[in-house]
Amino acid sequence: MGAFETISFRPENCNGCNDCMIACAQAKAQSDDAARSRIQVLSSDGSYELAMCRQCGDPECVHNCPAAALSKDAESGVIDWDASKCVDCLLCTVGCSYGGMVYDVDAGHVAKCDLCDGDPACVKACPRGALKFLTTARIYNEVGNLEDLFVPGLAGCQGCNTELIIRHAMRRIGPEAVVATPPGCIPGMGTVGYNGLTGTKVPVFHPLLTNTASMLTGVRRYYKRIGRNVKVVALAGDGGTADVGFQSLSGAAERGEEMLFICVDNEGYMNTGMQRSGCTPYGAWTSTTPVGERGRGKTQDAKNLPLLMVMHHCAYVATASTGFMEDLYDKLDRAIEASEHGFAYLHVYSPCTTGWRFPSDQNIEVSRKAVRTNFVLLWEFDPQSGLRLTHAAEDPLPLAEYVMALGKYRHLSEEQIAHIEGTIAQNVKFVKGLAAGVPLAAAPA
Amino acid sequence: MDQTHYLIVGASHAALSAVHAIRLHDAERDITVVTRDQSLPYSPTVLPYVVSGRSAPERVFLRNEDYFTRLNVKYRRGAAVRKVRPATASVQLDDGEEIGFSKLLLASGAAPALPPIPGLAGVRFHVLRTLNDAIALHSVLPKTKRALVLGGGLIGMHAAENLAKGGAQVTVVEIQPHVLSGYFDADASGIIEKVFATNGVRLLTSSQVTTLAGSGEGCRAMLSDGAELDADLLLVAAGVAPVTDFLDESGIEIDRGVLVDDWMHTSAENVWAAGDVAQARGFFEADKIINGILPDAVGQGRIAGMAMAGDAGAKPYAGGVPLNTYAFFGQQAMSVGVQESALDSSGVEVYRQVDAEAARYLKIVLQDSRLAGIFGINWAFDPGVMRELILRRIDLDAVKQPFLDAPQKIARVLMSRNWR
Repeated sequence: MGAFETISFRPENCNGCNDCMIACAQAKAQSDDAARSRIQVLSSDGSYELAMCRQCGDPECVHNCPAAALSKDAESGVIDWDASKCVDCLLCTVGCSYGGMVYDVDAGHVAKCDLCDGDPACVKACPRGALKFLTTARIYNEVGNLEDLFVPGLAGCQGCNTELIIRHAMRRIGPEAVVATPPGCIPGMGTVGYNGLTGTKVPVFHPLLTNTASMLTGVRRYYKRIGRNVKVVALAGDGGTADVGFQSLSGAAERGEEMLFICVDNEGYMNTGMQRSGCTPYGAWTSTTPVGERGRGKTQDAKNLPLLMVMHHCAYVATASTGFMEDLYDKLDRAIEASEHGFAYLHVYSPCTTGWRFPSDQNIEVSRKAVRTNFVLLWEFDPQSGLRLTHAAEDPLPLAEYVMALGKYRHLSEEQIAHIEGTIAQNVKFVKGLAAGVPLAAAPA
Repeated sequence: MDQTHYLIVGASHAALSAVHAIRLHDAERDITVVTRDQSLPYSPTVLPYVVSGRSAPERVFLRNEDYFTRLNVKYRRGAAVRKVRPATASVQLDDGEEIGFSKLLLASGAAPALPPIPGLAGVRFHVLRTLNDAIALHSVLPKTKRALVLGGGLIGMHAAENLAKGGAQVTVVEIQPHVLSGYFDADASGIIEKVFATNGVRLLTSSQVTTLAGSGEGCRAMLSDGAELDADLLLVAAGVAPVTDFLDESGIEIDRGVLVDDWMHTSAENVWAAGDVAQARGFFEADKIINGILPDAVGQGRIAGMAMAGDAGAKPYAGGVPLNTYAFFGQQAMSVGVQESALDSSGVEVYRQVDAEAARYLKIVLQDSRLAGIFGINWAFDPGVMRELILRRIDLDAVKQPFLDAPQKIARVLMSRNWR
């Protein structure tokens, strides 16, 4: 049994407009009567509740059916209702404790949500994002059986996001690959091995901080010459990408070398004792931007590395986050494809439990908050289509929700927070401007 | 002697629910299901629809062979159990074969109870409990002109409706003052009775058949008021009783049904019981009751299966809440919980809205601001949600009036807040 798609409901986004119910009634009962909708939004004391079929994993309605008219589809997870077997006894309505199985008087039988064959009318009709069709299960179903190309027991810190990123990425990239991991957390947690054994199930090597992209250039060109299509992949930290590693990266991007360069950005040199990097944001505590009598964390803004890569006319550039896995996988797919004919750069934000000082079970939550506060913007770029935001920057959460979750910002003054807010606003404006701009393909070759 | 880890007697809802629960926890050990039927599993509840022809007999099976193969379950048809011997952890089948078990579930269900009417043994009559019963009734339907149904319970009323739809002239004889008295009060039953009368079914309530005699192909019934009634089809639907005869020498404690604790465990070691055969704690009453309804068979079967498999997630039985749904002549009646008459009177409040003309009825019974029962005819509410309100003893004090005004909506809001 795989994982299933589902409809999610965010009551805080709902205003009770009932568009979803009308859309459902129209799609399923050819009626404008919201009472016939299979999704029922109820208002109560200013908040909204939902009654609809949950497509339960172990559905009581199915157990309660005496006529074998209900069954859970093993492929889609939808609880199917077979009209030709149903005897209208209504015992299924006794089994359902979610108000999801209801007698439709006009139809003369029970009616329930069937997810519209994977394209729910209610979700499409929702103007405020209160209803969402979650297709994340697709990732599990598609990728769940692919081989994890790292050994179990890598020595990342508890709750390490970077380990998740590299495992997901390499599953998707597959075994026909050579991996370079310059100094940083990724080799540090054992991917290049201990005691003569490697922690990676594909060829992996440990370049200098300075020459990752150059070495991958040579590896790719060699395999091409002998007629083999081998993907070459950098799994590098932000230090190895933005600072010391930048000249070889910039050179390879400018030459259009065919590779996939993944920067795992934990905003500093976390492996060697949490020193600041060019990607460390303003105000952040690191061991080299301490907080004390005079110091109040880093005094400069981070450089925007992914935008720098856009200016290299790369075949593909994107930012991603493990808080938004579908988006991450979409971008991985495009980056892998682009790396077959040019330089692909993927910048994945990786909150660091140890270096940023937050509880190890909060990593994905922190990742989400970074995006929802616009601290991190998710977008992608290719020269043909230009830049496109993949997560709307409108209606961000207050910045405090993000910075207050992290120990490295605990000391921030109001002025510092205002500075960060200013930087975010500027960044949003700049990226939106790019998103609205002319595709770079129009520029002379 | 054949040996199996889990042995399950019976193959309807309680048994299937137990198999499912066991396999969720224990993918390995042997499961054997023995049933006296020759067919794949089916539900007694679907049988009235087989009688009417709405359900084809070959399409009512709850599981196919593939299901049992996939779950590594040995499904043995035509295997009626004659004796259960807890001391030697074995059962004996009708043909003398013995099967040893480590854990045994009794889910043998119920069988029609035959009323002690003089002459009954001498006339041809039908009952409706097995698929063969239903097929037999279906086959005589076309040539039935006058049908007599003994008993105005759910089975009798379902059958009466279908016989009437098939063109027969139908009379139902019910000993109680009203039909369906187990689930509805006089007002509600009155509405249902009126619909039956409108559709040409004759209901004789507070009435009894005193003697029966053969008459040509059919029978002649003498009624308690002295009237005589001829019928070419006699259906006895005067209730059911747990099938426990095979347990007579087992030493397992039996009252009306097999007595079980809150884990569905019987008085005998390694023997459980669930479904219509079991007598378990009632939700409202101190005594153990037989709550012979499909949803409870499913729930009890699950508890038994989990307990048998040692599933640590098992939760004890909350007690049987009577409930049912009843669709008749295109109308819907629902009954969840108990009538006020079943409660001791302290703190009981009853609210009712009756529109007999429109065949609409709603009654809500509260005790100490908690839902005890809700009964409706052609009135929309979610019985499954109401059942949870009862089981969770949700306090309705703060929302009482809104709940009485719009039970479906308020119950759904409470659902979202309490068990979303």
